[in-house]
Amino acid sequence: MSKQTIETTVSSRNYVVGFLGSLVLTIIAFVLVQHHMFSKWILVWMVAILAGSQFILQLIYFMHLGREPKPRWKLAVFIFMLGVVIIVVAGSLWIMTNLNYRMLNSPQQINRYIQSQDGL
Amino acid sequence: MNLGIDLLGRLTVHALFNGPIVAIGQVTMVLVALAAAAALTYFKRWRWLWKEWLTSLDPKRIGVMYLVVAFAMLLRGISDAAMIRLQQATSVGTSHGFLSSDHFQQVFSAHGSIMIFFVGMGFMFGLINLIVPLQIGARDVAFPFINALSFWLFVAGMLLINTSLMIGDFSAAGWLAYPPLSELKYSPGVGVDYWIWSLQIAGVGSLLSGINFTTTILKMRRAGMTLMKMPMFVWSVLGSMSLVMFAFPILTVTLALLALDRSLGMHFFTADFGGNPMMYVNLIWAWGHPEVYILILPAFGVFSEVVATFSRKRLFGYTSMVWAIWAIVLLSFIVWLHHFFTMGAGADVNAFFGIMTMIIAVPTGVKLFNWLFTMYRGRIKFATPMLWFLGFVVIFTIGGMAGVLLAIPPADFQLHNSLFLVAHFHMMIVGGVLFGYFAGLTYWFPKIFGFTLHEGLGKCAFWCWAGGFVLAFTPLYILGLMGATRRLDHYDASLGWQPLFIVAGVGVAIVIAGIGFQVLQLVVSVIQRKQHLDSTGDPWNGRTLEWATSSPPPAYNFAHLTPVNSRDAFWESKHTKAKKSEEEYEVISLPKNTGIPIYIAAFAFCIGFAFVWHITWLGLVGVVGILGCIIIRSNDEHPEHDLSAARVEKLEKIAKRKYA
Amino acid sequence: MSEVVTTGQNTPQIEMTDKTTLGFWIYLMTDCVLFASLFATYAVLHTNTFGGPSGKELFNLSFVLIETLILLTSSFSCGLTILAVRKRNNALAQTWLSVTFLLGILFLLLELSEFRHLVVEGNSWRRSGFLSAYFTLVGTHGLHITAGLLWLAVLRWNLLKRGLTDITAKRLTMFSLFWHFLDLIWIFIFSIVYLFGVIGV
Repeated sequence: MSKQTIETTVSSRNYVVGFLGSLVLTIIAFVLVQHHMFSKWILVWMVAILAGSQFILQLIYFMHLGREPKPRWKLAVFIFMLGVVIIVVAGSLWIMTNLNYRMLNSPQQINRYIQSQDGL
Repeated sequence: MNLGIDLLGRLTVHALFNGPIVAIGQVTMVLVALAAAAALTYFKRWRWLWKEWLTSLDPKRIGVMYLVVAFAMLLRGISDAAMIRLQQATSVGTSHGFLSSDHFQQVFSAHGSIMIFFVGMGFMFGLINLIVPLQIGARDVAFPFINALSFWLFVAGMLLINTSLMIGDFSAAGWLAYPPLSELKYSPGVGVDYWIWSLQIAGVGSLLSGINFTTTILKMRRAGMTLMKMPMFVWSVLGSMSLVMFAFPILTVTLALLALDRSLGMHFFTADFGGNPMMYVNLIWAWGHPEVYILILPAFGVFSEVVATFSRKRLFGYTSMVWAIWAIVLLSFIVWLHHFFTMGAGADVNAFFGIMTMIIAVPTGVKLFNWLFTMYRGRIKFATPMLWFLGFVVIFTIGGMAGVLLAIPPADFQLHNSLFLVAHFHMMIVGGVLFGYFAGLTYWFPKIFGFTLHEGLGKCAFWCWAGGFVLAFTPLYILGLMGATRRLDHYDASLGWQPLFIVAGVGVAIVIAGIGFQVLQLVVSVIQRKQHLDSTGDPWNGRTLEWATSSPPPAYNFAHLTPVNSRDAFWESKHTKAKKSEEEYEVISLPKNTGIPIYIAAFAFCIGFAFVWHITWLGLVGVVGILGCIIIRSNDEHPEHDLSAARVEKLEKIAKRKYA
Repeated sequence: MSEVVTTGQNTPQIEMTDKTTLGFWIYLMTDCVLFASLFATYAVLHTNTFGGPSGKELFNLSFVLIETLILLTSSFSCGLTILAVRKRNNALAQTWLSVTFLLGILFLLLELSEFRHLVVEGNSWRRSGFLSAYFTLVGTHGLHITAGLLWLAVLRWNLLKRGLTDITAKRLTMFSLFWHFLDLIWIFIFSIVYLFGVIGV
């Protein structure tokens, strides 16, 4: 069933939409940053949203996520992966920032130390 | 002699000579290898070994090979344990025992690495290979070639770690090799490199198995076997493999980053140039915590099977057991910081992870109570597998309670890296993981080999293990609370610790006696096998599909893939008057034998060895070799052979005749 | 790798495709976690410049934009390859596959020149934790691209020598999943490493 589903519903339209959409999202992001069109943190959010959108776009139009018939194992494993990734990345950042600050290891503290000691 | 090319990197003949104690190990390994080779030659079994076992893609064969390697490594690991106990019992005051500090450090590093990666994972994958396809009513795993490759990569890692005993040193940085100690500056020798590559290669094998068995369980169940009708062992394997899939890539990265620091002068974890050793600790435990759940979940699965069978009652609370598995899987990803409470994070971070750690004890408790409720009002048979379960209940509960205590950060500040911690995790891993897999081995042995094990010797083995283990580790709780840290190779006589260490040493000796009984049990059972044949295929009055085959099962497991429609499918079919329709036999396709997994693993070993000794040409040979093997395999247009329907019919008749 | 007919409800062909596709998809998910660990490491270490230059000083956005567009186009041409495969058009499949290959090689060469430039200026992976993390994250992606190109070459050769068989068609589908996945990872690399770097986060 799945083979038939992919065969009949995937057309060149999928790839063209995915390609053009990604192109637009990419160029917007680059132009925004290259010309520093907004303040730092607004830019960060805009780039993040553009990246996230392109991610979803390519997942749907290039990798056909969500097309499989039930049971949707590919989707389930994908969501599980997303959870693990968020935990590992966010968790590591939270832990390491906390540790760096308390162990006087954050870059700002190191730079301050370097300056006060006239080099390392 | 200068040949212009660097043939041997930094390898010299001096690497072979590391003192008399190492020599004992070297000589033992060489003698064992020679004895095996001699036996194979005398009985003219080389071809048989290659054709029937080494090149087989049958998971039942691969499973047995995993078990053999795991047991061999258990002998190596327990020797290391004996050396640790002996050193710590004698190295007091003016005496410094019999091991130098450096050697002692290598011994405990090897002990931990071998026990976790090669004994624990080995027993686990062995049982999974043997039982999961049978329990889901399938004929094979999803990717048989990759399955064999996983095994041989496991062997390559095992060989690399044992090569470190023969040639050069092993790591002296503990089983997790924290930087900066494991960085080039403080460990310039080959030891840490051996550790890195042994684990890296075996780790790739584990990851591939995670993918393989997840796909197998999701896609190859017998028609009618919905997820909620699967045996609990299969559920536990699915949970464990989900953890493998998402935890092992973290290990791969962490080992690679350490290797890059050591080989290319990078600065991930160095103490200077912007490195951050704490990041290593963070990453390695982000893998390390899921790893311990990877090991324990299938052991829990074994207990579910064993308790139900030997209580002659179905498992209590099937649904809650499934939920407990997935609660454990999810929670195991958010507790890892409890391994480094003392590294200096703030109270908010420590509190979060402490609370999560205490919560994860709850689903485990649910499982324990479900097993006890299964036993309640059952007709209990105290066969050896059941004894291993009962030993687990006592030991794992005590160790678990110690764990809940350690989950409280302020308490952990006192007890981190003390012998209290060491006692806790040994009770978890030995009392939980090892006892679980021993239960599985004794339970499924007749199915795998076709004859039952000697019960009496099995019971002796159990009592020695349980008694010896408690004697070995209870003193460690006391020592830990008295302030003894782990990995001590010497301590002051005035501390008064020696008597406790001596008791612990006696305990290990009794455990070794237990292993002796296991070996004896094996030998005696093999000698007496003809008197103890499993003629029904169902020696324990089992409940699940693996007992619906002959012992041992035929290569194709099941001649007919009849749909099932309930949990404990075999039990149902035994107790309902199902009409035995004479179904036609069909053609069965099975994978052909192939040596390519062995060659790929051999090339992987070359890469590891090359990295350790800086032999560039050998590394390149390894890489090119692996690529070549993959391409050759991909060009194989007929990797399977067919058993005709007539042949299957004949094989079935032979099996039935055995049981007549 | 095949499964026998069970009781006639599913045909073996579909069972086979499903099993292999799921297995390969799961592998890609594990590769995502691998990259996530590298991203986490980069995120933690990227400010550890140890007195040396940061991304803001080093990265050339126009150059990276060209690399990005090349890789994106190769992902598109890979999609066109699969469409040709579905229509059983071997010649067209080979053409688009070759285009994908050339774009991939171009991407790799540009990336290598970018690396070379950094090394020659004294900003190699030995300089700081930041640079170690940068080279490893981007370099791992590059290694995956290299492996992909090797795979692509073997498949291209198969198309030439053996024609568009079922097995090769299935493998091309797996390859396309891999190639698209690499472009997905690149989205995060150019956003988090390069764009965030130039913004100054």
